[in-house]
Amino acid sequence: MQLQPESRRVTDQPQPSRRDLLSRIGAVAGSSAMYLAMTSLGLAAESQYSGPITLDGDPKGASVLILGAGIAGMVAALELRKAGYTVTVLDYNARPGGRTWTIHGGDTYTELGGETQDCRFAEGLYLNPGPWRIPYHHRGMLDYCKRLGVALEPFIQVNHNAYLHAKNAFDGKPQRYRTVQADFHGAVSDLLAKAVNADTLDHTVSKDDRESLLASLRSFGGLNADYTYKTGPTASARRGYDKPPGGGMGAEPTDSVVTSASDVLKSGLWRALAIAQDYDYQTTLFQPTGGMDMIARAFAREIGDLIRPNTKVTAIRQTNQNVTATWTDPTTGEHGTTTADWCLCTIPLSILSQIDINVAAPMQDAINAVPYAPGMKIGLQFKRRFWEQDDAIYGGISYTDLPITQIAYPNSDYLHDGPGVLLGAYPFGPYAYEFTALPPAERIRKAVEWGAQIHPQYKAEFEHGIAIGWHRVPGALGCYGQWSTEARDKHYKNLCALDGRILLAGEHASYIPAWQEGALLSALDAITRLHARVMSP
Amino acid sequence: MSAVKLALKLAIALLLTPTLALAQQPDGSFSSPFRFGEPTGEAIYQNICAGCHMPDGRGATGAGAYPSLRQNPRLAATDYDIAIITRSQKAMPGFSRTLTERQIADVADYISKTFNTPLPESPK
Ligand SMILES: Cc1cc2nc3c(=O)[nH]c(=O)nc-3n(C[C@H](O)[C@H](O)[C@H](O)COP(=O)(O)OP(=O)(O)OC[C@H]3O[C@@H](n4cnc5c(N)ncnc54)[C@H](O)[C@@H]3O)c2cc1C
Repeated sequence: MQLQPESRRVTDQPQPSRRDLLSRIGAVAGSSAMYLAMTSLGLAAESQYSGPITLDGDPKGASVLILGAGIAGMVAALELRKAGYTVTVLDYNARPGGRTWTIHGGDTYTELGGETQDCRFAEGLYLNPGPWRIPYHHRGMLDYCKRLGVALEPFIQVNHNAYLHAKNAFDGKPQRYRTVQADFHGAVSDLLAKAVNADTLDHTVSKDDRESLLASLRSFGGLNADYTYKTGPTASARRGYDKPPGGGMGAEPTDSVVTSASDVLKSGLWRALAIAQDYDYQTTLFQPTGGMDMIARAFAREIGDLIRPNTKVTAIRQTNQNVTATWTDPTTGEHGTTTADWCLCTIPLSILSQIDINVAAPMQDAINAVPYAPGMKIGLQFKRRFWEQDDAIYGGISYTDLPITQIAYPNSDYLHDGPGVLLGAYPFGPYAYEFTALPPAERIRKAVEWGAQIHPQYKAEFEHGIAIGWHRVPGALGCYGQWSTEARDKHYKNLCALDGRILLAGEHASYIPAWQEGALLSALDAITRLHARVMSP
Repeated sequence: MSAVKLALKLAIALLLTPTLALAQQPDGSFSSPFRFGEPTGEAIYQNICAGCHMPDGRGATGAGAYPSLRQNPRLAATDYDIAIITRSQKAMPGFSRTLTERQIADVADYISKTFNTPLPESPK
């Protein structure tokens, strides 16, 4: 497939002279210097990614051994080969992509400990056990998707008609996101307006600001002209109706009844409203049509010929001249070594910290400094898309304080008859550990039982499930690298710095942990620095 | 914020309901999104540690490995495992925020008592 090297993410550059300057800075000083320069010129405020990288100059066939074929390894392989390097990639897995992975019907997955799950999802249905969404500001990921022809569709983060649920709120009955948000905003605005009108805030709010504040509260909270939030047309316009407006005879709406401020606050359901406020979850988010592995497959179409799969690296040794990886093929028992001038290692630190590698103490200490977080996802197939048909929930996420934590509905194939797969559990922390320690069938049984408290249809409609606990994923041994602030301060630079002929990249070598963009940007930065080193006399 | 830190934040937010301290499972599992409620060393091991070290303590091997805890000479040194469980070591997370000191002592005790025997021979 043709790449589109012309596609640029930064389109608002007014003067070509600036761009020239930037590419000169980029060529000599690497992408972080480039980024600093760009921000100081008022460009690229949203991403370190500044369009396809250019590795100018002839590396004269210098060879690079890339360990790991996740996003980091594959991005590096693509760009280094394009720049004229001889590239070999070794990967433990049988498939390329690493954590960028999708389970489809017909797939078989064996986790650590030996439990095998046969995925019996119907044609076209899938679970993304790892990455599933890409925010609009992950410009690198979006640009590679564009250049590699990966079709994207919207990922629905907020669905106002999805549920918020807590065991001890509203007698355990799930509430619509819409009503919780309307009642919460209404309640706090009403209270604050009362405080303003009672002159309680006179010391903090000037006379001039007072009118603006009241007006803004009315707008924010859906208050009436008298600054109250109460049952009536204004509130219903936000929270919905008992009987919605219709057409013809008897079509007039009936207002829904607002929840009291006290009940809203006590419910705790407002907590989930904050999630979508975070930068990472603001619209627009995307997902590849058909599964996240479409990205892995697209890269494999470009550089699949460079990857040796089923290759478990057990040692990495460098000399003054080169780097050698020792490996075994667990499928055939074959042993071997592969040598190159340079090595870009993207193996997760959960595994690299166990591999014999002769780097200096600073890098070794950094490799050993990062614990790997748990994470767990369960995909559940149901006979029909009852969440659409019965509950009018089209994509998005319901949140609960049950151990399943969230239920996410498919963001594609809306209104289809036939079965559908939803994400039936996605916890972290203690719940993720506890799910992972259970046999897969038991994880699924619990997810169905808990999910039925939100969707009673589960019981009659459930067909089949797949459960992935990330600490048991053989090629990952964990969900992501959980850097502490102290460890970052002490070790991050040492992790990223070139050690002789060895350079590291991956999600763990970024400030965007647990996002593919972090892996991608770290790889681009690493190869830019590596190339500068190779080209330096 | 990472994709996963979000859920932790959410979990923390959702926790503040007082009645949540009540364990809903008999073995104390799944009682809170940020603290383990398991009351015994055995329950802690089987519900948490077994995720990586496996129910029988034999560990597991993939692209990397989880060490076996059976007849592991390092575990004979009494405080070794307590220190690791508390503080973290390499990729293994620490549990000082999610387990009490008592729970950590209990699970260390369970590990040293239970796994200090050879694995049963599998039939040849
Ligand atoms: C549950 C979950 C949810 C996530 N959600 C999102 C999301 O919504 N959006 C997003 O963008 N990101 C998300 N992420 C993060 C994203 O998956 C990672 O940041 C990214 O995929 C990491 O890429 P990488 O190349 O650094 O590592 P990996 O993809 O892990 O690649 C490393 C490669 O090294 C190989 N390897 C390991 N050991 C050896 C060995 N000994 N020898 C040879 N090869 C070896 C592995 O097989 C693997 O292919 C999520 C991750 C998880 C687990």
